Amino acid sequence: MMATVNTNHKACTVNPLKMSQPIGAALAFMGLNHCMPTLHGSQGCTSFGLVLFVRHFREMIPMQTTAMNEVTTILGGMENVEQAIMNIWERAKPDIIGLASTGLTETKGDDVDAYIQLIRAKHPEIADMAIVYVSTPDYVGAFQDGWSKAVVRIVQELAVPCSIKQLDRVNVLPGSHLTPGDLEEIREIVSAFGLAPVFIPDISGSLDGHIPDDFTPTTLGGTTIEELRTMGAARATIAIGEQMHAAAIELEMKTGVPYAMFDRLTGLEANDRLFQYLANLSGKPVPMKYRRQRSQLQDAMLDAHFFTGGKKVAIGAEPDLLWSLGSFAAEMGCELSVAITTTHSPSLEKLPTAEVLIGDLEDMETRAKDCDLLITHSHGRQMADRLQRPFLRLGLPIFDRLGTAHKVIVGYRGTRDLVFELGNIFMADEHEATPETLATLSQPVASELASGESSACTSGGGCPSCQSSADVAEPLNIEAKTNTEPQASLV
Amino acid sequence: MASLSEKVQDVFNEPGCDKNQAKGEKERKKGCTKQLTPGAAAGGCAFDGAKIALQPITDVAHLVHGPIACEGNGWDNRGAKSSDSQLYRTGFTTDINELDVVYGAEKRLFKSVREILDKYDPPAIFVYQTCVTALIGDDIEAVCKAATAKFGKPIIPVNAPGFVGAKNLGNKLAGEALLEHVIGTEEPDFTTPYDINIIGEYNLAGELWQIKPLLDELGIRILACISGDAKYKEVAYSHRAKAAMMVCSKAMINVARKMEERYGIPFFEGSFYGIGDMSESLRQIATLLVQQGAPEDLLSRTEKVIFREETRAWEAINHYRKRLEGKKVLLITGGVKSWSVVSALQEGGMEIVGTSVKKSTAEDKEKIKELMGEDAHMFDDMRPRDMYAMLKESRADIMLSGGRSQFVALKVKMPWLDINQERHHAYAGYVGMVELVKRIDQALHHPIWEQVRKPAPWEASVETAAPNVTEARAA
Repeated sequence: MMATVNTNHKACTVNPLKMSQPIGAALAFMGLNHCMPTLHGSQGCTSFGLVLFVRHFREMIPMQTTAMNEVTTILGGMENVEQAIMNIWERAKPDIIGLASTGLTETKGDDVDAYIQLIRAKHPEIADMAIVYVSTPDYVGAFQDGWSKAVVRIVQELAVPCSIKQLDRVNVLPGSHLTPGDLEEIREIVSAFGLAPVFIPDISGSLDGHIPDDFTPTTLGGTTIEELRTMGAARATIAIGEQMHAAAIELEMKTGVPYAMFDRLTGLEANDRLFQYLANLSGKPVPMKYRRQRSQLQDAMLDAHFFTGGKKVAIGAEPDLLWSLGSFAAEMGCELSVAITTTHSPSLEKLPTAEVLIGDLEDMETRAKDCDLLITHSHGRQMADRLQRPFLRLGLPIFDRLGTAHKVIVGYRGTRDLVFELGNIFMADEHEATPETLATLSQPVASELASGESSACTSGGGCPSCQSSADVAEPLNIEAKTNTEPQASLV
Repeated sequence: MASLSEKVQDVFNEPGCDKNQAKGEKERKKGCTKQLTPGAAAGGCAFDGAKIALQPITDVAHLVHGPIACEGNGWDNRGAKSSDSQLYRTGFTTDINELDVVYGAEKRLFKSVREILDKYDPPAIFVYQTCVTALIGDDIEAVCKAATAKFGKPIIPVNAPGFVGAKNLGNKLAGEALLEHVIGTEEPDFTTPYDINIIGEYNLAGELWQIKPLLDELGIRILACISGDAKYKEVAYSHRAKAAMMVCSKAMINVARKMEERYGIPFFEGSFYGIGDMSESLRQIATLLVQQGAPEDLLSRTEKVIFREETRAWEAINHYRKRLEGKKVLLITGGVKSWSVVSALQEGGMEIVGTSVKKSTAEDKEKIKELMGEDAHMFDDMRPRDMYAMLKESRADIMLSGGRSQFVALKVKMPWLDINQERHHAYAGYVGMVELVKRIDQALHHPIWEQVRKPAPWEASVETAAPNVTEARAA
């Protein structure tokens, strides 16, 4: 089955699901040790991102700005970039500055690569400090694109071919949808095969909520500069999430380290692939601990399938998280009724649903009225209140719950816990039978059938399960109306 | 219509601001925002400031014209509460794409306005300009004018793109938008001699509701709060108030002063934080209203309420005073909040070991000196590293600050309390002061401190073993 990928046709985004590229890039830089993520833009660009990450991780967030203003934007940001780099170097002496552009400086067209060359020529004293620049205009793509581009740039700038290989070393390129807890779980799994994984980037080192012994203005923990420079010495690279495909290819081309792609690590078969791969790579059998965990997951699926079967799920998430959760929900017998995402990705059309919409939470709300579960980040809370449907917070930001950094949904164990969580939500939402409910329940065989069909139906009309998408027509009408209006006053 | 740069100059040339008036002609032109240092700057932009100032207006749609960053990265993140409409918490943005940047996004903006009116039917829409759309030359004032004419609803341009300056300037530009397009455009059903405006109060965590019952009791009507828990029409007819109180330091002084100039509404600057300040504010409100023609008995009635409330609050605080006496507080916040909170904490028996005055005016600093004595520890720009050291060396027992710096305290296992705009608890008025003291007490005496500060047993045994080793050597 192929899903149709559509973009909503509204002029106005309402209740955004999407966040912008520069802060996705900034989060990737936060996974590097002794790094200062810096946005080349106005101070607000950094400030909004900083507040967002502080609220999500409940951690100190190192993030700086080139503090562009109206005049420096028009004249070009060379001086501001230079001052920012030199001030950060003087104050914090980081190993790496991760510099991401913004909509403002991209609109002007600042040639930051050239700026950095000039700055390096002028200031030989900063020769030892790595500077990774990534172009991330706010008006293109979304958060996960910014993360993905930043990792590609990290590889381009810092990976070098190594003639001496470390036989146990494996590079892991994790997507932005994985939490510090997910990374720890994957590290444990890979290590269990006698391999030494190095994550690029590694937010489990910097944003896992530990208490450091000292104060530092830069990141503390994460991939070290030495680890980055020796990416080429690894035996293999594991990329997790389609968004890391480009970085994995880049790394292989630069250093010859072969990569393996894992589009997701949530679900039984998805993890079987990983464990089989690791067993082949290491030449070691799958450890007993994980055979046990696999068995527990099978048992969890058996116990939960009564409650998850036939349930309608609406998901609003970035492509790789949507792919993980949507596929997993379908594997648990749920119907992926609504799938909303932020940006394009090859994985979208493979999703087990009729339509994937690049849209916002208003689109999700109009489509999800009869769904049994809403899954999105914390901004879905108003929608969940209005629709009075169960709501599972996954993604970023999650600012109204604790422990988001430690949420694990990968591996056999993480999948097992998610199976239980899903099952429990549906179980808690089950209503006591009354004469009325039983009377209405006796009919819905039709809708049950229709829900099976809906996956094949792409038109959005006709079958009862598509009724919910009738609301979509509303914004389309507006579009049509507007097009016929004369707008001379504006031109 | 004045250009943005003229407007910025006008705002900088604020005669109501003493700090500004003390400057020379040339210095004044540069404005009141310090030039930011690239690579060492913190704080929000002008757009952020404008949004903070206006978003508390609850029944209008706040439409951000720009790329996804400006709204998508930070929507629904303020603690301003509403007693009615929740529309202000809905995130609207034109989310412009690459083609819009090339061809201009004015049409998208116009269509967005239409979509919002069709779907949500708000009494008005506030359109916020941002850096990128300002840079490509989108004329939001013209679009808003056309949309207002076309749809017959007020579509208000808020021209404060992020790159013109910092938050504080954004507050003022937001005020200008209200003065130019909103205030004075509607009429209230009736007026009373007891009608006031409260300017610069955002109803964070519902603080306005800690004040309102007392005003209600005195028969004083908040005609408009600008902008906490406000409805559009209230702001639109706020020019009929008899007197005004300006709450948040200089953030909206241009609104207060220009309303005095245009509509003859006298104002005073006051604070709802701290018992003394709260009483003083009530007194000032009553005095101004009486000056404006309200019956004189308002003054004696006000004194009665003040006496009753102060007695109650003191009793409640005394309960904590014993437990808080001599506790050392590090207070990191900006502007007026510094001195108003300082006096409040002193009422609770605490000692202020340091306060930041980064955003404070000379006048604010004088007030702090008055309260804390000549040797008051005022820090212009305290680095996180210095706060960290101060807490680690136990020169302070608790830090009160905004959310960003909380981890400086928490990571050294020291109590911290949020007193900034993201806070969840309301600290205004007499009840609020008691609440603040209660929260400080709770934070200081929480059972976790002892547990988390204790080293792990194996680490402890190393430490206690260490002297034995040296003893053994000595022996």
